[in-house]
Amino acid sequence: MTELICTVCPRGCHLKVYPEENYRVEGHQCARGEKYGQEEVKNPCRIITSTVCIEGAEHPRCPVKTNAPVPKQMIFNVVKTLNNVCLRSPVKAGDIVVENACGTGVDFITTRSM
Amino acid sequence: MHVKIHDLIVIGGGPAGLAAALSAWECGVKDIVIVERDKELGGILNQCIHNGFGLHYFKEELTGPEYASRFIDMLRDSSVQVKLDTMVIELTDDKELHVVSSTNGYEILKAKAVILAMGCRERPRGPIGTPGTRPSGIFTAGQAQRYVNMEGYHVGRKAVILGSGDIGLIMARRLTLEGSEVLACVEIMPYSGGLARNIVQCLHDYDIPLYLSHTITQIHGYPRVEGVTISEVDDNRNPIPGTEQYIECDTVLLSVGLIPENELSKGANIAIDSRTGGPIVNQSLETSVEGIFACGNVVHVHDLVDYVTYESSEAGKSAAQRILKIASSNSADITHSITDENADVIQLINGNGISYTVPQLIDLKVKLHNIEVFFRTNRIFGKSTIHVKAGNSELKRFKRVRLTPGEMEKIVIDEDTLRQCISKGFDEIEVSVTEDPASEENVHFPVEKTVTLGEVL
Repeated sequence: MTELICTVCPRGCHLKVYPEENYRVEGHQCARGEKYGQEEVKNPCRIITSTVCIEGAEHPRCPVKTNAPVPKQMIFNVVKTLNNVCLRSPVKAGDIVVENACGTGVDFITTRSM
Repeated sequence: MHVKIHDLIVIGGGPAGLAAALSAWECGVKDIVIVERDKELGGILNQCIHNGFGLHYFKEELTGPEYASRFIDMLRDSSVQVKLDTMVIELTDDKELHVVSSTNGYEILKAKAVILAMGCRERPRGPIGTPGTRPSGIFTAGQAQRYVNMEGYHVGRKAVILGSGDIGLIMARRLTLEGSEVLACVEIMPYSGGLARNIVQCLHDYDIPLYLSHTITQIHGYPRVEGVTISEVDDNRNPIPGTEQYIECDTVLLSVGLIPENELSKGANIAIDSRTGGPIVNQSLETSVEGIFACGNVVHVHDLVDYVTYESSEAGKSAAQRILKIASSNSADITHSITDENADVIQLINGNGISYTVPQLIDLKVKLHNIEVFFRTNRIFGKSTIHVKAGNSELKRFKRVRLTPGEMEKIVIDEDTLRQCISKGFDEIEVSVTEDPASEENVHFPVEKTVTLGEVL
């Protein structure tokens, strides 16, 4: 059994998830919470946000994010792919910065036009 | 000096100012000026590169810059003027603004209505009185966030975070991803001031320990931070001798609260609520000075930018109504339709468990409608009941599963209830919270469905 705090809404339900019972969830108050509990135990994933170097813009850093959630255990490997990236202004929000980071099928995209 | 009178001036071009200006423009006000001291619009959102914004307002998860650009793009298609790199140095109660900029020097602007949207600033080290040396390496969390996310500086290798406000939690994750080691997040209260989502995704995900009921009792090192001593605190938040632990670090981030930024408001003789640190406002977000409205974190510190947007849109609408009324009556004197002769305002009183409400008062000269009352509790409550009382009678009650000071709550006092109060001559409504005894069943009393703020909005 795994205990979690649901992060779907501000209510913060304390969930209990039983993987041995087909991922049964206890303590949730809505369907979204049940789904969260199951996903969080089966395959926790996160959107990763960071910045990359940019030249010729108002600021020296350009914010980026993954365009889909990345498995939690891959986070550190995935952010490392940004280390050698340097963009040149102008960029548009949504431009791809790193394609298919670490074979996850997930791209890093810019989140700001600069 | 000839001074042009604009319809509306909005002070601040962050999320509050952007939403307020846009909503006033959508209501038909065309002569609007936003005055922003930074070189770009967007305010704090520009440095909040993490996602989680807009879940309520846009029904999708955006990063700060993406959330800001939605509004900046909409503004581009409007006639709203923007003065960047322009600092308001004084606001008067007759809605005159003294502003300075390097391009235009010193200017005086005037408006039929002003919206305060200056946001808030971080509490620094001084007011919390942390003992120790004064080395470099101590930052407020938001300052570090700007350095790291926008200016490209690395702030330190080993960090301890004092306070567990949302920005501190976000920075714990951010520094970890940037290769720093975050050794501890230290919170003096027995609960975190941040959102549950941030505790999970910023601390738990990276195994960063959260020390509740602890504080930093000494900062060591000079000229750079070399370490901190943390101690457990008792119920009165006094350090308990013998509980000291030394943590070696080169960086301390402070996430110990946000303070609405109201120097300008005070200069305009606007009444300030000592509980929120922001202007006292009525249900139209109008301050004690007629024609000056306020919204966003300058009024009270919000948890989510979505709520700032909703509130600011309301302020924009209220300001627009005033401006359009002046235009149609050809006179600066607005005659209110007074709904009752006995009382002009109903004060909202903070009863048991409530640390503040916004609005603080209900102006009966303004056309009555359902009124949303935002509040925070002063401690954690489990399953509980929110009571709305006037005189000796309870007008309404609301059920909640959980209330914490870290999460803003909302109730709606409907128009009928307000009319009842007025007809009975009440000039005070009290909002209070009681925790439900485990066995109590409230079968005989009509109870509203429990809804979270997000579901309502």
